[in-house]
Amino acid sequence: MDQVFFGNIGAIHYLILSSLLFTIGVCGIFLNRKNIITILMSIELILLSVNINFVAFSVKLGDLTGQIFAMFILTVAAAEAAIGLAILVIYFRNRGTIAVEDVNMMKG
Amino acid sequence: MAENIATLMFYIFSLITIVSACMVVSSKNPVHSVFFLILAFFNVAGLFVLIGAEYIAMTLVIVYVGAVAVLFLFVVMMLNINFAEMREGFLKYLPVGGAVALTIFVEFVFILYGSFAGKNAVSPVRDVILPSEEISNTKAIGSILYTDYAYPFQMAGIILLIAMIGAIVLTKRDSYSVRRQDIARQLARTKTSGIEIVSVKSGEGIS
Repeated sequence: MDQVFFGNIGAIHYLILSSLLFTIGVCGIFLNRKNIITILMSIELILLSVNINFVAFSVKLGDLTGQIFAMFILTVAAAEAAIGLAILVIYFRNRGTIAVEDVNMMKG
Repeated sequence: MAENIATLMFYIFSLITIVSACMVVSSKNPVHSVFFLILAFFNVAGLFVLIGAEYIAMTLVIVYVGAVAVLFLFVVMMLNINFAEMREGFLKYLPVGGAVALTIFVEFVFILYGSFAGKNAVSPVRDVILPSEEISNTKAIGSILYTDYAYPFQMAGIILLIAMIGAIVLTKRDSYSVRRQDIARQLARTKTSGIEIVSVKSGEGIS
């Protein structure tokens, strides 16, 4: 079908794994509507699946650009986690809860 | 033989990754979720090592297990939250979440099999130094990261700096229990505002 990395494992196996991870991440955002910490962790899962995609294609095409971009995604994910958790901490300090369903108090 | 072992390792790693990702989503205790997230990242790092992307694998372990997971753990443990009532909407959203997730996954599979069923249509986009026996993956990445991608690399640094400053500014709280030296206030003091002359009656003191 396509070139194999080793054994009978090719890029398609990595891509299916990545799509499974993405699906689980999206599912997690839907299921944990009240717990914003788990939502942030689901976003991390989604970014991880994107990383798997980038690296699998990078190895498949023999082009290191994919791995470079995986590194940048890692950077952005770390920054996003830091900012998200900081917002979460001040939100909890103000409200005493982290339920995201009534976050829309911020709208004017 | 070695390839069979590698194939076996792929299935083991990916199975643990999927299971721990499911546990991240469905675990009752967020602390357990964080640990399962660490487990998932470890296994994905193993998968990256299998296809020869060692540098990304090690960065994944360092950044996620060393920094992000600890960050999550601190936040989870510092916030005093009743996690039982956080779970209330879980079953309510299960049908719609499951439907959306299933739709996305089926679409992914269609796209993957649709685009991979034909011949190997894509070709290498550009010539870069490939990891080989002489040049390791890390060396190859380093040789293009600091030359071709120098500006994006600097941008990544600036993003991290902004994130750091933003997080500090957001969570910093002016605490009034700490007495700091306020030079402007000290200089603005005059003799009349700084000293109060009280004539104390004998035997009563100052209330």
